[in-house]
Amino acid sequence: MGQQPITFLRQVMALCTYPNLLDSPSFPEDAKKRARRILQACGGNSLGSYSASQGVNCIREDVAAYITRRDGGVPADPDNIYLTTGASDGISTTLKILVSGGGKSRTGVMIPIPQYPLYSAVISELDAVQVNYYLDEENCWALNVNELRRALREAKDHCDPKVLCIINPGNPTGQVQSRKCIEDVIHFAWEEKLFLLADEVYQDNVYSPDCRFHSFKKVLYEMGPEYSNNVELASFHSTSKGYMGECGYRGGYMEVINLHPEIKGQLVKLLSVRLCPPVSGQAAMDIVVNPPVPGEESFEQFIREKESVLGNLAKKAKLTEDLFNQVPGIHCNPLQGAMYAFPRIFIPAKAVEEAQAHKMAPDMFYCMKLLEETGICVVPGSGFGQREGTYHFRMTILPPMEKLKTVLQKVKDFHMQFLEKYA
Amino acid sequence: MGLPRGLGLGRALLGTMALRAGDQSKVARCGLKEKVLTLDTMNPCVRKVEYAVRGPIVLRALELEQELRQGVKKPFTEVIRANIGDAQAMGQKPITFLRQVLALCVNPDLLSSPDFPADAKRRAERILQACGGHSLGAYSISSGIQLIREDVARYIERRDGGIPANPSNIFLSTGASDAIVTVLKLLVAGEGRTRTGVLIPIPQYPLYSAALAELNAVQVDYYLDEERAWALDVAELRRALRQARDRCCPRALCVINPGNPTGQVQTRECIEAVIRFAFEERLFLMADEVYQDNVYAEGSQFHSFKKVLAELGPPYATQQELASFHSASKGYMGECGFRGGYVEVVNMDPAVQQQMLKLMSVRLCPPVPGQALLDMVVSPPEPSDPSFAQFQAEKQAVLAELAAKAKLTEQVFNQAPGIRCNPVQGAMYSFPRMQLPPRAVQRAQELGVAPDMFFCLRLLEETGICVVPGSGFGQREGTYHFRMTILPPMDKLRLLLEKLSQFYAKFTREYS
Repeated sequence: MGQQPITFLRQVMALCTYPNLLDSPSFPEDAKKRARRILQACGGNSLGSYSASQGVNCIREDVAAYITRRDGGVPADPDNIYLTTGASDGISTTLKILVSGGGKSRTGVMIPIPQYPLYSAVISELDAVQVNYYLDEENCWALNVNELRRALREAKDHCDPKVLCIINPGNPTGQVQSRKCIEDVIHFAWEEKLFLLADEVYQDNVYSPDCRFHSFKKVLYEMGPEYSNNVELASFHSTSKGYMGECGYRGGYMEVINLHPEIKGQLVKLLSVRLCPPVSGQAAMDIVVNPPVPGEESFEQFIREKESVLGNLAKKAKLTEDLFNQVPGIHCNPLQGAMYAFPRIFIPAKAVEEAQAHKMAPDMFYCMKLLEETGICVVPGSGFGQREGTYHFRMTILPPMEKLKTVLQKVKDFHMQFLEKYA
Repeated sequence: MGLPRGLGLGRALLGTMALRAGDQSKVARCGLKEKVLTLDTMNPCVRKVEYAVRGPIVLRALELEQELRQGVKKPFTEVIRANIGDAQAMGQKPITFLRQVLALCVNPDLLSSPDFPADAKRRAERILQACGGHSLGAYSISSGIQLIREDVARYIERRDGGIPANPSNIFLSTGASDAIVTVLKLLVAGEGRTRTGVLIPIPQYPLYSAALAELNAVQVDYYLDEERAWALDVAELRRALRQARDRCCPRALCVINPGNPTGQVQTRECIEAVIRFAFEERLFLMADEVYQDNVYAEGSQFHSFKKVLAELGPPYATQQELASFHSASKGYMGECGFRGGYVEVVNMDPAVQQQMLKLMSVRLCPPVPGQALLDMVVSPPEPSDPSFAQFQAEKQAVLAELAAKAKLTEQVFNQAPGIRCNPVQGAMYSFPRMQLPPRAVQRAQELGVAPDMFFCLRLLEETGICVVPGSGFGQREGTYHFRMTILPPMDKLRLLLEKLSQFYAKFTREYS
């Protein structure tokens, strides 16, 4: 949608791709230093060699150092870091290892509703049991442990729930969970013996001044040894979001905590069948976790670019929330983080009927009409899950500011017409 | 022969056992709770997965490298990783043009640099224009950038003498492995005796056995004929199929051509016979052709399954389902780390093709740098382009070197008494057969490992040479092989071959 890549990142990538450029005066020394370090860690000093299946060693070390810094000194072990082909790959692989049993003992996986539909897709592919827990729309999409309890209790009838997935900041909902909430979730997972998956790919996308990103890893550690020695946790990050937006590189990592050593061996074995994640994506991840620091030549420009992207996203988040909330029949929770608005839309009964006549979910019907009449493509809430009888759509906040304003206006106009037509 | 827990041998095995004991006492000491995820609770299919190319022997090699780095004295100064088909790791240089274009795509500021040739810039601009936001950083559509798929289709048409290829039948993938697994996923269905069976060659590239184990499909082995340079015999296909029908529903037939680990390049007649067989028996054909650029032997020629299929005419050409795979990892490019690849599907049910796209969409898209590289592979410089001369020179040099190494390997191994190496007609490996003395076989059995694994472990410990035992690829009962790549630089390869032959002689003496 027009966001520019971070200059430093692309410079280092270019140097790694075509090392002749290491002799070029047009690249800053700090970029060259990073590139040399990466290349030296690659077979044949080339991005073209397979890396170890767990990822290039020094990059895993850099990821561990990043996590330690991010979490105020809470130690991270490079041996617990696995580089992956985007976070999706890590999530999928982890779920794969977890799924076992048959019939009533088939593994159940708890996922938020609304969710990012990678989870439902992978659960379906693995023939595991999807266990829905509803986020609380009335409360800014908060995660309520009572609801987790409810979902777990009901699930025990028909499956063996073993896994609890959290997306924080949330997709599509954009909520940033409070620290207390995260503690409650960890306690719940500890109590109920659940393996925790923390999808934290939007950890750099927090806009609301009242919100802060708290990593599950950090909170777990700070809750003391009874928790930090026992709760099994896998946390995921990616190069695709944040301020980097390097989706096409398919860079990502996961940090695993308290995994049985034999399971870690199994994990590496499973990953080894696909040989390794794309090395250029691993290199991109390295820059993300090891960016220019104050005093380095590239720091000024890097910080400017990063803050500009994040500042823009924050403005767009606010704009979107405000504009949607001005429209009768649309209610949009605060966009605390991530990259999406997930407004609730009122769909008149007549429209619901017509949708059903076309054998479509009502919000799909709405979105199709929106697309046909305005060219705006958004995803109906039914694709993410929602409470029965409620309708939503997910729209990104990524178009350039002016275009976003136009889009929001058009959606507003469309919505008013839609309400009128189906009154 | 499987390995206990697939985690390692010798010291590694002992280490694991100590670890398990240690863990239990740790649990007891700290009052640790029992874990959610253990070997007993994990996905049993994943537990069965083995992948020898990066399996126990390589884990041991890594440990040895670590020891060398720590200054431990060994009978060797370096570990030679002749276990994996990674050319650049063994010193092969990337093709300049490919890396130039990619660098321009990665950092488009370089488009104004005088240090890049005009044709590389043109290619980069063309690719970038086809990317969202003109950036490699945008997700592409799930089947891959349209323009690149068109280029792949044109490449296939040129390669196959004009036989048409439709870009909408081309799906880019994260290496060929990704596409192979995706197609297998679509194929696997049924239960018990109706569970999908997939015919795979023995010896095979163990992605196939690993994927089938993971998907809980039935592996149906057909043996390549070692006496006849690893030829594929349709009578053997028939035998395998007939026996398989008792216990599963065979639905797919996988062929690797040129072969891995065997290196054989199938004749056209053979490919025709396989196609006819697949058609008669209603089998979905999977043609793994990632080594199509690696053909060395005089008299050997690569014939694509697609081309032969088309030339057989109807009903084969119009009805036989075929998926052909290619990759940027092999050939003369060796760009393993970029994970570039594609699959071309022919005569696939349109509804299934849609399902395949849907499945791919869950992972969004293959890495875009890999897609860009693949584009250069399928549309390299033309004779009129400024970069052509250098490109051709580099390509020919790599392929000539590989051919020379293939020949040398075959020669040296065939001079060693007790070792017999079939001609390395193509690919990147030798897969020699070795006689092992009965006492060695016995010793291996005592240790609970396959005899050729025992040999390879000893080889590794005493010479630092890391090769993969034949048991990791499959072989006829009672035969022993190992797979060694031909990729180390020529001088090193010569040394390697000598050392290995010497070690083999010593080993057989020891166990006579």
